[in-house]
Amino acid sequence: MEIKQSYGERIFNYFNILFMLFAMMLTLYPMLYILFASLSKPNDFMMHEGLLYGPIGFSLASFRAVFKNPNIISGYGNTIIIVVGGVALNIFMTILGAYFLSRKNVMLNKVITLMIIFTMYFHGGLIPSYLLVKALHLDNTLLALIVPGAINTFNMIIMRTAFAAVPDSMEESAKLDGANQFVILFRIMVPLALPTLMVLVLYYGVAHWNSWFNAMIYLRKRTLFPLQLILREIIIQNDTNSMTTGSSADDKEMISETIKYAVIVVATLPILCLYPFLQKYFVKGVMVGAVKG
Amino acid sequence: MELSTVKQNVPVKDLTFGQRLAADLKRNKELYLMVIPVIAFYIIFHYGPIYGAVIAFKTYAPAKGVLGSPWVGFKHFQDFFQSYYFWRLIRNTLTISVTSLVFGFPAPIILALMINELRSKYFSRTVQTITYMPHFVSMVVICGMIVQFTKDTGVVTTFLSFFGMAKETMLNDPNKFVPIYVTSGIWQEVGWGSIIYLAALTGIDQELYEAARIDGAGRWKQTLYITIPCLVPTIIILFILRMGSMLNVGFEKIILLYNPATYEKADVISSFVYRKGIQEFSWSFSAAVGLFNSVINFALVMTSNWISRKTSETSLF
Repeated sequence: MEIKQSYGERIFNYFNILFMLFAMMLTLYPMLYILFASLSKPNDFMMHEGLLYGPIGFSLASFRAVFKNPNIISGYGNTIIIVVGGVALNIFMTILGAYFLSRKNVMLNKVITLMIIFTMYFHGGLIPSYLLVKALHLDNTLLALIVPGAINTFNMIIMRTAFAAVPDSMEESAKLDGANQFVILFRIMVPLALPTLMVLVLYYGVAHWNSWFNAMIYLRKRTLFPLQLILREIIIQNDTNSMTTGSSADDKEMISETIKYAVIVVATLPILCLYPFLQKYFVKGVMVGAVKG
Repeated sequence: MELSTVKQNVPVKDLTFGQRLAADLKRNKELYLMVIPVIAFYIIFHYGPIYGAVIAFKTYAPAKGVLGSPWVGFKHFQDFFQSYYFWRLIRNTLTISVTSLVFGFPAPIILALMINELRSKYFSRTVQTITYMPHFVSMVVICGMIVQFTKDTGVVTTFLSFFGMAKETMLNDPNKFVPIYVTSGIWQEVGWGSIIYLAALTGIDQELYEAARIDGAGRWKQTLYITIPCLVPTIIILFILRMGSMLNVGFEKIILLYNPATYEKADVISSFVYRKGIQEFSWSFSAAVGLFNSVINFALVMTSNWISRKTSETSLF
């Protein structure tokens, strides 16, 4: 039996679709504006006011200036090192901790779990942490960006749930075959929990890619600055001088505007390109985390 | 047999704690070995700073180290409570927190409800994919966008000037700081925040809707009597947990957007700690403020966790 929609319901459906289109446009427009601005001719863009419906003129000058800047190149390089090194350490430590926490007949399990969860709710603060990193002589090295954040407790809990979901029989039969815990962990548990592991790789990876604050307080050598920190100089502190050496004062002012947009595009494009393919893994992570938490 | 290496004829519960522990360490020695780096990490980088917070009660001088610096008790805390900054910081932190809550908390719920009503799965997934995107853009880029859009020649400034607003850099006006902060926060997080609610919505038993339809209830009645009541437990839990971080406005975005012209409304506890400590080297004073913040946050979170556990026990049938 077909239940017909009332007139009111049909109007609501149209309204809903319009609302969604509006929401999507609001989400996308700022990013499109940035894309258009970055591809515009610098002079024409300066003179334009208001909304953009497409690039004004077409020019890759801004992107050329961006890639000629050695800071951007080194920033990219540093960020890649931080992401690769950081995620490797993250995953290694997280797996060790999560596996231990998931084993139920270990006496100190509860105590250690409590000790770790407590740190999620209380910490000493920014200043003591800062002084600690300096005392350990990690400051002014890339290690300051990787080691203090080696484990994200929330992520480790997600991994623990994944390990705990593996049936006990697997561990039992492996033990009968003479395997020790290291073998069990790396040869059996990890492959079985691989989907969750990949989610954590993504979470840790995005966090490293986007991070800037620790770099700002611990690094003084410019050659070590990650991409986001270079970005901050350019787009927030308005410091495009390093990029426009050699141009006349007027040219400098005009291209420095579109350079900022080009730099934003260059920094965000990798994530946005990967994002559609990986989106469902991110969402899965939230669900697992929410259900457990 | 597991405890075969320990005394054979004694039942497990009669062994002393030390003996049981020793047996456990022996039986699970690989596991304990495995977890040593993890424990070391937490001790050094999480419990270390907690110990280090003791400098809030001393006047820390880098040359003398933590142990050598003189003890001053609660002096820094008193200085802070009596200072001009104290009320300003609390006021700003709460204003930003509460405003974000009032406008930012319902937004993902409404979005989730509307997405849930979409009939085309394909369209619904497209909407979700697009609205989740801003969550992954870095804070630096988001703030860079804000700076560009709200300067005197920026898009947003120009747009708002048609409604009579003056064409000047919006981020220099303290009164505009909170709206900019909250609005951009919603833009960035509304999509991602709706995931939890959408997950809860898919968990609602479809038979309830069937029964309602047979009874003649239209979409609106279904939403009112089925969807929303089923969502209420999730909403309550998330709301209570959110209350727990009332005084916990993160500093990254504040630091990227504020400037001395807007300190009056933009400076919050965490940004103050950063400025006083790392930029102005008042180590002990800012450590005291930070410790104060941590303790309050801890108390709030514990209270709200406790409340949440109590209420979810009564609201889950």
